[in-house]
Amino acid sequence: MNSIRGTNLLTLEDLSREAMVEILDTAESFVEVNQRSVKKVPALKGRVVASLFFEESTRTRLSFETAAKRLSADVLSLAVASSSVKKGESLRDTIATIDALGIDAVVMRHQSSGAALQVSRYVPHVRVINAGDGQHQHPTQGLLDVFTVRQILAERSSTTGPESGATLFQGLRVLIVGDVRHSRVARSDVDAYVALGATVRLAAPATLLPVDVEQWPVEVAGDFDEALEWADVVGLLRLQRERGSGSFVPSLSEFTFTHGLTIERARRLRPETIVTHPGPMNRGVEIDSRVADLPAAVVTRQVSNGVPIRMAVLFLTLAGLLGGEG
Amino acid sequence: MTSFILRNGSVIRPAATLLADVLIVDGVVREVGPNLVAPSKAREIDASGCWVGPAFVDLHTHLREPGFEHAETIESGANAAAVGGYAAVVAMPNTEPALDSVAVVAYVLDRGANTRVDVAVAGAITINRAGERLAPLAELAALGVRLFTDDGTGVQDAALMRRAFEYARPLGVRLAQHCEDAWLAAGGSMNEGIVSSRLGLTGRPAIAEELMVLRDLELARATGGRLHLLHLSTQRSLSLVAAARAEGVDVTCEVAPHHFTLDETACSGYDAIMKVHPPLRTSDDVGALRGALRQNGVDAVATDHAPHSPESKDLAFDEAPAGMLGLEHAASLTYEALGGPTANAQRFFDLLSRGPARVAQLRAHDPRPRHSAHGGDVEVGEPANLTIFDPNATYVVDRERLQSRSTNTPYHGRQLVGRARATFVRGRLVAFEGELA
Repeated sequence: MNSIRGTNLLTLEDLSREAMVEILDTAESFVEVNQRSVKKVPALKGRVVASLFFEESTRTRLSFETAAKRLSADVLSLAVASSSVKKGESLRDTIATIDALGIDAVVMRHQSSGAALQVSRYVPHVRVINAGDGQHQHPTQGLLDVFTVRQILAERSSTTGPESGATLFQGLRVLIVGDVRHSRVARSDVDAYVALGATVRLAAPATLLPVDVEQWPVEVAGDFDEALEWADVVGLLRLQRERGSGSFVPSLSEFTFTHGLTIERARRLRPETIVTHPGPMNRGVEIDSRVADLPAAVVTRQVSNGVPIRMAVLFLTLAGLLGGEG
Repeated sequence: MTSFILRNGSVIRPAATLLADVLIVDGVVREVGPNLVAPSKAREIDASGCWVGPAFVDLHTHLREPGFEHAETIESGANAAAVGGYAAVVAMPNTEPALDSVAVVAYVLDRGANTRVDVAVAGAITINRAGERLAPLAELAALGVRLFTDDGTGVQDAALMRRAFEYARPLGVRLAQHCEDAWLAAGGSMNEGIVSSRLGLTGRPAIAEELMVLRDLELARATGGRLHLLHLSTQRSLSLVAAARAEGVDVTCEVAPHHFTLDETACSGYDAIMKVHPPLRTSDDVGALRGALRQNGVDAVATDHAPHSPESKDLAFDEAPAGMLGLEHAASLTYEALGGPTANAQRFFDLLSRGPARVAQLRAHDPRPRHSAHGGDVEVGEPANLTIFDPNATYVVDRERLQSRSTNTPYHGRQLVGRARATFVRGRLVAFEGELA
């Protein structure tokens, strides 16, 4: 797809470079809104956005709801994970109930891969934005990661993100580290970086690489320490302990031994290397606490950028409803 | 009882195919030959252009009763079988309660006796299919049970499986295995590979199946036991069976229509209708299964007919139950896999009737199930368990027009060629032109 205007955002797999740049540029225009004293524009006034989180997530939920409110949309916040909806209730019934309240878009997080796509089939008139589905995709996380990287690189070369388009990603060396196998963030990150023209390497214990890694448009790093020296961007992943990936490595401390970004390893990074993490961090596991607090680690900037990216996604996906104005 | 005269069909006998009429009187084949003179009250059915052969036998039917009657009953499942060209089905034991006791097995046999088709039972190997203690195999064998399986899951404990082979051998029964190693398949909802990785779904790897196939072939070899392998889905499984068979292991095997018509990419839309265990495999596996069908590599096509309610299939892919319908379209899909217009009619009836009847041991009269012989020759004096198959019929699958209580067919909207036109059970016409008779 060459644009997400008027459509759903379920995955980054099929988005072209053009579509991604459009989202990044739109987000850049919303950054300014977030710096005003009155942080609000009327772009989605009168629109209703439901946030439907079957799986707990404080930060993503807050980020999406903030984004919707800054665009003046009404937000229906349904705390499904803690409500009567239990695992096993028909997705179709749940979405039908919410749809009956009258909504234009639904932001959805679910523990099952594919749940957002399934829901989009049940309510074709509603825009569905995937806020993370199982081990499949987390599109806005992938977008805010590349947005953050583009912003930093643009600042360094005294240009702006929109002026640079995708050019700053040409030849950019990105190392993604950790539990790629179970990570929806890794899938969205790889799709985003590759579409924008970066070179991606993965570093992980063999059991945490995807089963079909040879089919991915990436390289597999032989030596982690060497790859750290190679990288312009190091994207750490959260070790998904709650998904049982613990049994894929002997212990957390062994993971730290082989693939943790320890203080010793951080010394091998070049000064300009950017370290990202989608949060929440397991300090002391995939990242040493002191490394997390270094300027190279841009974790809080990622969180801040979540808002304009999600504003852009809501704005563009709902564009078809705005009577040409979008 | 109505007599029937089937005119001008291609009568498929093991030795040869002949163009002939078939006269059915009092439940048996009375005459086979050209230009038969029919009794005045006989109903005449034009079978020209059609195959007339032994009625189909399904080795693998989930009738869901007792326990899950919202998805299927013994009667609705039997009706689906009749329309699909089947005169006999073997009911799988994963009901609630499981088919692991005389009382429950007798219940299913009695209910089955009042349906349009013959309902045989596969008993559980272990109590409640829990894989811990042997079920009363001898008591159930005395009721006429000839196949035992914990289908839905495999017997994971190799020591227990070895004991089951040893115990079952003198009873003259066969043990059927759902081959998937529970640990290797744990948490998986589709084939492990490129597609599962892209979709973020945990996989059930081929090795989970193949390892148990290999284990059971070795256990059967070591014990002299009789083994039937259910719904084999990979190329490697088939070659393991071929090698063991060549070395004299007493093994039979079946494949299911969905495994030789659909591959893993069918799961791409997260439609839980496509979820089944073992899972839909790679296109190479589909090709290998189709090859084996044509070249004597398998004994039977078996449907693994697995009804599930629509609401359960509306769950997320990883939460939905596994299984899809099979009885009403298996013959069309088998015909297509055998090459459609170039399909070998002998092979077709081998796979759908003679082979499965041999595995199910439905050739002999048993005291308890009031069954007749199945899979026999279309020959004078034989019970008239016959199917007329029209290789030229075309139709579009419509899930709203099924005999099954459930709608979870993966073929909705697909045009199929070849269809069972009439099904006879002991001379009674039970289904005709896609409808119950």
